[in-house]
Amino acid sequence: MTFHPEIFLQQIINGLVLGSIYALVALGYTMVYGILGLINFAHGEVVMIGALTALSVILALHGAAPDLPAALFILAGTLVAIPVTMALGYTIERVAYRPLRNAPRLAPLITAIGVSIVLQNVALLVWGRSYRSWPPILPTTPHTILGANITDLQIFIVLAAAAIMAGLMLLVNKTKLGRAMRATAENPAVAGLMGVNVNVIISVTFVIGAALGAIAGVMVSANYQIAHYYMGFILGLKAFTAAVLGGIGNLAGAMLGGLLLGLIESLGAGYIGDLTGGFLGSHYQDVFAFFVLIVVLIFRPSGLVGERVAERA
Amino acid sequence: MSRLALLEARDVAKRFGGLQALADISLTISHGEIYGLIGPNGAGKTTFFNCLTGLYQVDEGRFLFDGAPLNVKAPYEVAARGIARTFQNIRLFANMTALENVMVGRHVRTRAGVFGAVLRTPGTLAEERAIHDRARELLRYVGLERRSDTLARNLPYGDQRRLEIARALATEPKLLALDEPAAGMNATETASLKALMERIRADGVTILLIEHDVKLVMNLCDRVAVLDYGRKIAEGPPAEVQKNAAVIEAYLGGSLA
Amino acid sequence: MLAALKKNPAAKWLGLALVVIALAVLPFAVEAGAGRSWVRIIDFALLYIMLALGLNIVVGFAGLLDLGYIAFYAVGAYMWALLASPHLSANFPAFAAMFPGGLHFPIWILIPMGALVAAIFGVLLGAPTLRLRGDYLAIVTLGFGEIIRIFLNNLNAPVNITNGPQGINKIDPFSIFGIPFNKPLSVFGFTVPSVALYYYLFLALTIVIIVITLRLEDSRIGRAWVAIREDEIAAKAMGINTRNVKLLAFAMGATFGGVAGGLFAGFQGFVSPESFTLMESIMVLAMVVLGGMGHIPGVVLGAVLLATLPEAIRYTVVPAQKMLFDRQIVDPESLRMLLFGLALILVMLYRPAGIWPSPVRKREFATAEKAGKLEPEQYPDRTEASEGARL
Repeated sequence: MTFHPEIFLQQIINGLVLGSIYALVALGYTMVYGILGLINFAHGEVVMIGALTALSVILALHGAAPDLPAALFILAGTLVAIPVTMALGYTIERVAYRPLRNAPRLAPLITAIGVSIVLQNVALLVWGRSYRSWPPILPTTPHTILGANITDLQIFIVLAAAAIMAGLMLLVNKTKLGRAMRATAENPAVAGLMGVNVNVIISVTFVIGAALGAIAGVMVSANYQIAHYYMGFILGLKAFTAAVLGGIGNLAGAMLGGLLLGLIESLGAGYIGDLTGGFLGSHYQDVFAFFVLIVVLIFRPSGLVGERVAERA
Repeated sequence: MSRLALLEARDVAKRFGGLQALADISLTISHGEIYGLIGPNGAGKTTFFNCLTGLYQVDEGRFLFDGAPLNVKAPYEVAARGIARTFQNIRLFANMTALENVMVGRHVRTRAGVFGAVLRTPGTLAEERAIHDRARELLRYVGLERRSDTLARNLPYGDQRRLEIARALATEPKLLALDEPAAGMNATETASLKALMERIRADGVTILLIEHDVKLVMNLCDRVAVLDYGRKIAEGPPAEVQKNAAVIEAYLGGSLA
Repeated sequence: MLAALKKNPAAKWLGLALVVIALAVLPFAVEAGAGRSWVRIIDFALLYIMLALGLNIVVGFAGLLDLGYIAFYAVGAYMWALLASPHLSANFPAFAAMFPGGLHFPIWILIPMGALVAAIFGVLLGAPTLRLRGDYLAIVTLGFGEIIRIFLNNLNAPVNITNGPQGINKIDPFSIFGIPFNKPLSVFGFTVPSVALYYYLFLALTIVIIVITLRLEDSRIGRAWVAIREDEIAAKAMGINTRNVKLLAFAMGATFGGVAGGLFAGFQGFVSPESFTLMESIMVLAMVVLGGMGHIPGVVLGAVLLATLPEAIRYTVVPAQKMLFDRQIVDPESLRMLLFGLALILVMLYRPAGIWPSPVRKREFATAEKAGKLEPEQYPDRTEASEGARL
């Protein structure tokens, strides 16, 4: 086994791009969990709806005016997708979760699974069963750094994700709304007594998470140049894994978990064959991700950064 | 001391990060005693309970119970040795009936496994009948025989406290550790609780009691220890402890007297 | 009415006899009324009852949210497939030398083996998760389930153990006392079709599993499981060895899954990884929760409903569309799933404790609500966490 630094660097770049997307989706899971203690199983499907909506807009626009700059296509698609997913996130919370806040713990999990199945099949009816491809609008010539390739899109994804996450941290830590969110996460009953409208905060949390999901959806479909009604499932699973890896309920944890999971997957897929003497190939990529998750949780049950609620007993 | 020691704590210490929750606590509880553990909020009383019953690991020191060291690594072994407890914020099995709650208490004194249960062997059936009978008896003992089929969560507060005691007694403890059993009770309920505890002691069970109701402690306990900031600041018969200067100081202005 | 039945043993025996007769003639009645494919659907419903009862031990009794339960079904199915097909002999010279015609173990060995191997897997996968709570446990079990599926999908190279995505075929059909189940059986000139033979075998095993579950529920072990679900710390303080009792729940649950998986393999004659996806785990979980978690009749009902209703939709939607619009507008498979998803949401919104919760619980909840004693636990997870912290 010879070590090729340029291949290693390439895996790092791929991992960072993937990890940025995971982190954005993971934030949606972790924010909702932080406030409600609920796994919003349907979040992956919200991301999928965002991706497909944006792609539909881009395809329509491309059909009408194929010569516009790529950034404009993506911007238009994203700007349509964001309000769609926001409305969706709001509706999901109102219809499927809010009535169940007093119910047995598994009830909202089951409605979440129900919402997920419904969204998947609505998407199947609207967009069909086949993969939808992006039009050829993105520049494909990569930049070469030390032998590794990186495209404009990949640079954009990493930078945009970083900017969005920084913005979210500012929102949560520096604004009045953010303070209300943190208070609600700490103790909803007390926050309510202190004059925080808990229901509004919960809705806002869902809506912000959904907006991040739409952006992540555009990024992931642009990165792979396709979108598909089933894409949200595995993406959501990975992102949730990332959130747990970092310590669910913790924003910084979700970001760290997302990036780590991206890197682990990318490096794992690249090197798993060498590591196991050719016994396991790159199709074990997902095993690697889950395996790391399980090991982390067994040795650090509250995730890498730690949970929202310190567990003492 | 004339009577034999049932429980002996030797230099027990417990830290949470920088907080010294318990510092070198040593105390001895004799067979048949009602021993009170009092102190202001946050003094370390419940922490002491949790260390004793294996929910926390002690950092230093050890416990001797009934003449042998107590392995506080596994709470279930502590119960098997003969220490049962109740909790400050009641921890019943909320969606089980009162009877079922007490039957769970028999777990540690019974043996039936999967095969016995599935095959309904005569031994298992007899054991199951005995569990059932003993649980009913204990419900009667604490005065809950008419609530046996009520879910624990639907019992009134005072009954929940009694049920917790019945469940603890089902494990056949030598030492019953009660964490604020009278909290939230009115005078009548407290009086009948006091009678119950005296009866339990008369039936041969030693009691370790955390309680805030000073009157109850003074009337009921043979000896008390006072904790403050994780240290034992006084120990002795209630009447003596009541006059102790350090104790009065700890209770800020001597409201204890 | 039930009380009257209990007082009247004759009526009780008559009722039991009626149920037995109804269950005995069911496959023939269904075949006459709805066609043979429906008998097959009922066979599958029985397998799902076994699975749901197994998962109910883990989730319903012990309160351990397992999202990877289908892995045990897979383990049972693949074990059966390997031990009752030519696959191993075709791919490994060592096996070929010992068993030139392939492996063909009898059902008497395969069923207990499936139970045992699945139980071992239950303990192996359960052991690392013992310290984890609720949602963490869910995601780790989900991970285990996916890992097992991915391995099944890829273990065809470098050595071909599972034959990868193609799966293993030519699995022996059942045969008991030399009677093969894959052919109709003639008894005194009366023909019992193959699907009905499978029906009787599955029904017998389902009844065995129901009896086992009922007896476990009403036992020292069953009470210990529920105690852990209700309050693990209190259960420990009462002297319950929570580690062993949890492992026992994983093992028992896995056992039922393993048996059902083996039957599935023999019934289909073919297994492949795509039968063991996360969606299947979710389906079984939905059966348990929708039916009435922890309540055995409810779980059985949940399994029957979720195994048959979607099929009923499949069988009515296509003709209905043809009749109304003269062509197929909506893909029946996606409509089926759409309705399934909606049903999950609606049932949980209107009956969060399930369609058929335990009557004691139901009565008690009702009285508690009337008396206003139920504190609105608006954020159940939060209270749990803060209680833990206070302790």
